Amino acid sequence: MNDVISPRTPSQAAPGVAARAIGVRKVYGEGDATVAALDGVSIDFLAGEFTAVMGPSGSGKSTLMHCMAALDNVSSGDVHLGAVELSRLNDKQLTALRRDKIGFVFQAYNLVPTLTARENIELPVSIAGRKPDQEWFDIVIDTVNLRDRLNHRPSELSGGQQQRVACARALVSRPEIVFADEPTGNLDSASGAEVLGFLRRSVDEYRQTIVMVTHDPVAAAYTDRVVFLADGKVVDELRRPTADAVLETMKVLSQRAVAGTAAGA
Amino acid sequence: MLKVTWRNLVARKVRLALSGFAIVLGVAFVAGSFIFTDALGGAFDGIIRGTTADVEVAPRGSGDFTSFGEDARTIPASTVDRLANLPEAASADGVVQAQGVYVISSRGKLVGGNGPPGLAFNFTETTAITGDRILTLEEGALPKGTSQVALDASTADKAGYSIGDQVRLVTPGKNPTMTAELTGIVTFGSEGGLVGATLSIFDRQAMQELFFKSKDVYTGVSLSAADGVSQEQLADAADSVLPAAVDAQTGDKVAKDNEDAIGKALGFVNTFLLVFAAVAMVVGTFLIVNTFSILVAQRSRELALLRAMGASKKQVNRSVLTEAFAVGLVGSTIGIAVGYLLAIGLKALFATFGLDLGSASLPVQWRTVVVSYVVGLVVTMIAAYLPARRASRIAPVAAMRDDVALPESSLRRRLVVGVVLVVAGVGLMVAGFQAAGGTGLILIGSGMLAILVGVALMSPVIGRPVIHGLGAAYHVTFGTVGRLATENSLRNPRRTAATASALMIGLTLVALMSILGQSAKASTDKAIDGSLTAQLVVSNAIQTPFSTGIAERIRRVDGVQTVAEFRQAGPKVGGAAVFVGASDPKDLADALQLPLVSGLLGGLEDSSVIIDSSTAKAEGYSIGDTIAMKFPARTQQLTVAGFFPSGGIIPAQYLVTLDALASGGYAPRDSLLYITMDPGASESSVRAGIDDVLAGNPTVTLKNQQQYADEQKAQINQFLAIIYALLGLAVIIAVLGIVNTLALSVIERTREVGLLRAIGLSRRQLRRMVRLESVAIAVLGAVLGVVMGIAFGVALQRAIADQGVDVLSVPWAQLVAFVVFSALVGVLAAVLPARRAARLDVLDAIATE
Repeated sequence: MNDVISPRTPSQAAPGVAARAIGVRKVYGEGDATVAALDGVSIDFLAGEFTAVMGPSGSGKSTLMHCMAALDNVSSGDVHLGAVELSRLNDKQLTALRRDKIGFVFQAYNLVPTLTARENIELPVSIAGRKPDQEWFDIVIDTVNLRDRLNHRPSELSGGQQQRVACARALVSRPEIVFADEPTGNLDSASGAEVLGFLRRSVDEYRQTIVMVTHDPVAAAYTDRVVFLADGKVVDELRRPTADAVLETMKVLSQRAVAGTAAGA
Repeated sequence: MLKVTWRNLVARKVRLALSGFAIVLGVAFVAGSFIFTDALGGAFDGIIRGTTADVEVAPRGSGDFTSFGEDARTIPASTVDRLANLPEAASADGVVQAQGVYVISSRGKLVGGNGPPGLAFNFTETTAITGDRILTLEEGALPKGTSQVALDASTADKAGYSIGDQVRLVTPGKNPTMTAELTGIVTFGSEGGLVGATLSIFDRQAMQELFFKSKDVYTGVSLSAADGVSQEQLADAADSVLPAAVDAQTGDKVAKDNEDAIGKALGFVNTFLLVFAAVAMVVGTFLIVNTFSILVAQRSRELALLRAMGASKKQVNRSVLTEAFAVGLVGSTIGIAVGYLLAIGLKALFATFGLDLGSASLPVQWRTVVVSYVVGLVVTMIAAYLPARRASRIAPVAAMRDDVALPESSLRRRLVVGVVLVVAGVGLMVAGFQAAGGTGLILIGSGMLAILVGVALMSPVIGRPVIHGLGAAYHVTFGTVGRLATENSLRNPRRTAATASALMIGLTLVALMSILGQSAKASTDKAIDGSLTAQLVVSNAIQTPFSTGIAERIRRVDGVQTVAEFRQAGPKVGGAAVFVGASDPKDLADALQLPLVSGLLGGLEDSSVIIDSSTAKAEGYSIGDTIAMKFPARTQQLTVAGFFPSGGIIPAQYLVTLDALASGGYAPRDSLLYITMDPGASESSVRAGIDDVLAGNPTVTLKNQQQYADEQKAQINQFLAIIYALLGLAVIIAVLGIVNTLALSVIERTREVGLLRAIGLSRRQLRRMVRLESVAIAVLGAVLGVVMGIAFGVALQRAIADQGVDVLSVPWAQLVAFVVFSALVGVLAAVLPARRAARLDVLDAIATE
């Protein structure tokens, strides 16, 4: 399974780039009903950086994440993950890639309800038939502060705790990149802050690469860089964002959208 | 509400199709049983009416179908003449009939047998009550003398004989085999069908010469009424000239009595088949309960929404029940159609056993249709009632909640109800073992059902250790995938248990039968090893007795010391037919090492009887009692002289002398011959001598002790094979249940499957996970079933120990094979659900809101 990402695989990605999209289009439907969810997106996600992808509903931010995370295929263009070009891989290789190189945190339904917190965290490693690195496991567990909850099932955990378990699972296999889809969408602000703080620390202390889709400017403010999508295109970008700056950018973008609609009409 | 119900039906058609299929199979079995037995009955009725004259004259009681053994009584020629002279009679035809006359085909094979009779009688021109001639010469000429014969068209065709050929026949008369020239082809009755019976027609003198020592006697007289004379008038007139022991009965009454008797016999066939239909239905009920529970669970949010919008509990309840009604209706309708096909299959199956219905139609009577619908609908409605009630209890507020949990009855309550049912079931079984006959069987059957349902209710609890044990093995062998599968099967213990219970019922019965069969075989071995001293046995191969001429000739074979003839008949004691054996006590003492429980075998005289000890116990006989045994010719008072051990070597309840049986009016026909050799005689040369005697007669076979035991065991195996085949249906339904449960689990866990796929579970691992869950369910059902089967098997063997099955033998290897087979069945059941799970689009699965 590990030969999927062999050193000989030709790499198009520059050093320091964890994931790269080149002219990615994702089209749904046929003929007149064609809708382009992604309309020529080219973007690099840098290693060791915490990136937020933002945009209004229907902007294509979730689609971009699915395409980058080997969950969906693209209509045209290339996606590189580390040294691997995704379109070259079959389903089996993609599965192994997700298991070994990618971590996932979803908005909800992140955990297998029949397994304990520990089993959920170890799941990607144990599916591969390996044992988790105990030292790293301990670091992760202590960072998310879950040690006394390890033998509980998801139904016995609060929403925040569940998301922290999901984060721990995403990190425990030391993936090259973690994709988080609205990880705080279902949480109250205190729990959300906990989760975001933890993601931030994993970037700062362990140089983890994280890409997070969100619509929350406060969440985006935890990141190093915010990429804005609208109508399937990258339209703007902010470095070292603050919540206010993000909010401002979104306002501008939505006004532009309204103006565009008015002009079109 | 009706609209909502209808939409649901359409939307969930696959789910419903699966539970509908359970109904289809169950109803098909019910309908098929009725259609087939109706067809059988119809065929027999046709023959009876087509062969009964206006008035039939016969020795009193000779037409009694409930007893067996060929009646040897006759009517003198003078009586026939007197009847012919009656002004009320247009004709009086004396009939000379014999049974056990079989045709051997041109290839040396026996035609017919194994149930349907081989009949021989003289040609008459009598008209039946249907208005058609009983016998019609189709082609050729009527036979004359003992060297000419006519056959019915179907027999001649099967035997491969045409007119002019020499026909070989087996007869029960003085000569065991004979040949005669085929001179004509006849048809019998109005329909031309004989239900597998064969017909050999001789002229009157030939019949009398062959079977009645050339005396001018008849077995019956068929009278046709003169113009304007009714059946009753003719019967009354005939009675006035008949001797006391001979009766004249109207054709209508004879036909009706015979039809009733056959109807009763066929009723047993029908009941036998319906028992298996009932098993299938019970198993199907589990499947339906499960399906509707799951459907309701899946729809609980929608049902809550309906409640929130103002639908009453009753309406929600009714909506689910209406859905069940529709499923039951469609399932029953298809079931009746499939039942018709099943009846065609049964017809073909019985034809291979010799019960050939020919071109007889398969009648679908109103009764069949009504019973099928009632069974199908009632079972579906009852099965859907509990889930429906639960659905109506959903609180309206649940519609607003994210996760809707259905109110479930507590496991504790199920445990209590289960224990109560098991205790009640054990009580019923114990009572059943005390009671006799049909009541006992019904009590034992209901006891077993109560225990099975009780265990099914408790199975979520008592099944846990089994799943945990399996889970440990899974975890070691399959790692995380095994752990996930185990947890999935524990996730909804009720559903897993109900699905497994369906398989449990089938396997309980299979295991039970295998234990009883194995015990019966072991008991047979023990009886033959322990009691049979005769080195050789001649037995009939077709369940029909044979000519006494065979014993006579074997006695003349060099090296044969004694030949003990064993005959069987069914006279009545206290109004009920009993199973009587007869033999020469001295010869039998040579053949069998039979330590009587009390009394002496040599003490058996013409006026005494020795009784099987379990019959004696049941009837409360003791030595010195007098038993009134009603033979065809007279009722004999017999003194109880001793008791022989049950069920072993003597195939009878009562043992009398050969003379007692003959003087009772039974024709002398042997069923078994026990042959003891001279000391020092070589078995091979004695066998060769006997083989010469038996040459050309396929109705009897010669065996040594081992072969005789094997033959007995082969019969048990054949019976077991039929039972297994019929229970197979219940297993098929149970497998459908597993498919259903797995498919629903996969759908319910779409999101979880998506998550697992997203974080790296491969398709192959996913399929394995589903497969392992399936195997867990199947093995749970199998283990519970086999354990129950062992419990029932041991209990039943103990209960029938004094009826001959006195050795308990548990076929462990076979039971283990059943469990392994079930695991394989589990793998098979998982194929489609696993494929479906693997095909789920990861994105769809995680993106569904």
